Amino acid sequence: MEVKGTAMAGTLESSDAQVTVEPGTGIELSIESSVINQYGKAIRKTVLETLERLDAKNVKATIVDKGALDCTLKARVECAVYRASGYSEDVICAGEKLPWGGVIQ
Amino acid sequence: MINSVGRDIPEEVLKATGMKPFAGAYARHNEEYTKAAPTVRAVIDPKESKMVESIAEVLKKCGIKDGMTISFHHHFREGDYVVNMVMEEIHKMGIKDLTICASSLGKAHNPIVPMIEDGTITGIQSSGVRGKIGEAISTGKLQGLAIMRSHGGRVRAIESGDVHIDIAFIGAPTCDCYGNMRAVGGKSDCGVLSYAYADAQYADKVVAITDTLVPYPNLPASISQVNVDYVVVVDEIGNPAKIATGAAKPTTDVRKIMMADYCTQFVINTPYFKDGFSYQTGVGGASIASTISLGKIMKERGIKMGLGLGGIAGPMCNLLKEGLIEKLVDTQDFDMTAIESVRDNPNHFEITASEYANPMNKGAYVNQLDFVILASLEVDVNFNCNVVVGSDGMITGAQGGHPDTAAGAKCTIVIAPLLQGRIPAICDECTAITTPGETVDVVITDYGIAINPRRQDLIECMKDVKLPFCTIEELRDKAYAIVGKPEPVKFGDRVVGVIESRDGTIIDVVREIKDYEWDD
Repeated sequence: MEVKGTAMAGTLESSDAQVTVEPGTGIELSIESSVINQYGKAIRKTVLETLERLDAKNVKATIVDKGALDCTLKARVECAVYRASGYSEDVICAGEKLPWGGVIQ
Repeated sequence: MINSVGRDIPEEVLKATGMKPFAGAYARHNEEYTKAAPTVRAVIDPKESKMVESIAEVLKKCGIKDGMTISFHHHFREGDYVVNMVMEEIHKMGIKDLTICASSLGKAHNPIVPMIEDGTITGIQSSGVRGKIGEAISTGKLQGLAIMRSHGGRVRAIESGDVHIDIAFIGAPTCDCYGNMRAVGGKSDCGVLSYAYADAQYADKVVAITDTLVPYPNLPASISQVNVDYVVVVDEIGNPAKIATGAAKPTTDVRKIMMADYCTQFVINTPYFKDGFSYQTGVGGASIASTISLGKIMKERGIKMGLGLGGIAGPMCNLLKEGLIEKLVDTQDFDMTAIESVRDNPNHFEITASEYANPMNKGAYVNQLDFVILASLEVDVNFNCNVVVGSDGMITGAQGGHPDTAAGAKCTIVIAPLLQGRIPAICDECTAITTPGETVDVVITDYGIAINPRRQDLIECMKDVKLPFCTIEELRDKAYAIVGKPEPVKFGDRVVGVIESRDGTIIDVVREIKDYEWDD
C-alpha cells in the first residue's frame, strides 16, 4: 500500500486515537499518548505491525492516542493508510472491494 | 528497607524523617505515648478584644516567621478561599520556608504553586493533593518532602507531636467576636468543622476567619473560644456553589448500577447485615446507587442501620429521614442535603476527626464499623490499594479516610470498574500503596468479584450466593487480556513524597516523575 497523500483517521475522544499519515522516507513515527508511561511500547509495536501488514513502507505517521485499545489503534491506522493511498468511496462503489479479513483485520 | 507490604523504603528517607517502615496495620496496638501540647497565651483581661482588622494584621500578631508550620482545613472543598487568601498575604510579607499542614488540598489551591516554586512553601502535609500542586510535587518543585496522611493519621500526627502547628487558620461559616465557630448559619456553610478541631486544640496560635460574624455566644460551637486567639472578618471565605456540589444525582451508568447491585447483594448476605449494623460509604456513582438499593432491602426486611458514619451525602441523609438509620455521625459534608441535615436533624451528629479515625486514641468510630464501601484507583493482587498516585505516576488523589475505615471495618468492600479507559484497576503491582491489603476484604468490579483469601469466613458464607465470584488474579488476567499488560512507570531517583500509614510509619514513597523514554 503506497501512501500518496495526507490522510487522517480517528478522533481525540477518550479511548480513541487520531492517526495522521503522509508520505515519508522509510517509517517515521511520532507518538503522543495519555498512557505513554504504561503503553508506549505496546502502541509503537501495534502501529509498526499494522503498517507492515499493510505493506506501507514510506510513511510518516503521527499518533495522538487517548488510551485507545489495540483494536481501535489498528483500525485507525488501517483507515488512515487506505485513505492516504487513494481509496475513496468512488473506488469502492466502482466494485473494487476492500480486503476485509486480509490486510484489513 | 522492604516494609510489610513489600515496598522498598530508602534508608535515607527513614533517616531524614526519623520514621519507621510500615509493619502491619495493627502493629502499634497497645503502644503507650504522651500527647503533645500547644503553647498558650493566657487571655485574663476581659478588656482584650480578639477581633483583628485584616489577615496581614493577624499574621503580625501571630508572629509569622520563616520556617513555621501553618494549617488549614478542607471543609470548603473546591470552593475554599481561605488557603489562597492567607498565603497571598504571607507571600507579600516575603516569608519563606513554610510547611502547610492541611487536612486536604485541591484544585482550588492551584494559585499557591508559584509559592512552592519560589520557596515560600517548602513542605506540604496533606491527605492528598490534586491538580497543579500534585504536578508541582511530582515534578520535584517542592524543596522538602510532601507527606500524605489519612484523616485519622493527620490527627494522630498532630496529637503525638509528629507535626507541631504554629498557626492554625480556620475558615468558619459563622463565628462570634470571641472565637466560637460553627459550620452552619452563615453564607458559606460547610456543615461541620471536624478536621479543624485538632488544629484548634494543638496549634500555638489559632485564627478564626469568617464572613459571617454573629452575636455572642455562637452556640453550640464546633470549636470553642477557649482555643481561639484571634477573629478576622473577611468578605468571603468560600464559594457555596463549589462547597456543596448540589444534591448527588443517582447514576444512570449501567456499569456502576450493576456494581452497586453486586455490592448490595454481597452486604446483605454477610452475617453483619442485621438490625443495628453500621455502615460507611462514599460519594461515587456506584456508592450512591448501592446506598439507595440497600435502603430498599432494609425497608423490605425491617432492618435498621444503627450507625451511618463518615463523609456524608444526600442519600444517607434520606435514609435517616425515612427512619432507616438511627444515627448519622459526620466528619464532612459533600452536598447541600447533608449540610441541611446536620443543621436540622437531631440524630445527625458532628464528631471530630480524632473521634472518627485516629488510630492512636482510645478507640475511634471506624473501629465500630461493620461495612465500609470504598473506591480505589488501583488494587494489586494482594488487595493493596492505591488512592493517591495516578497510574501515570503523578500525585493526583487523597488518602482521605480510606486506610482508616478499611482498618476499622469488619467488612471492607472496594468497588472499582475493571478498566478506566486503557488503565486496568486490578494489577500486579500498584503504582503506590496507600491501604494495606490485609485490611481490604472484597473487590467488586464490573467483570467479577474477588474475596480476599484471608477472609475464608466470607468466602464460606458466599458459597451459595449467586454473584460472579472469581480470584483477584482472574480479574487481573481479564483486564490484561483486554488492554495488555502495562509497563511499570519509570520514576526518577529523588523521593518527593512519603505516603504515611495511619499509624505514622512509611507505607510507601513517591518518586519524581520522569519524561517517558523509549529504550532505544
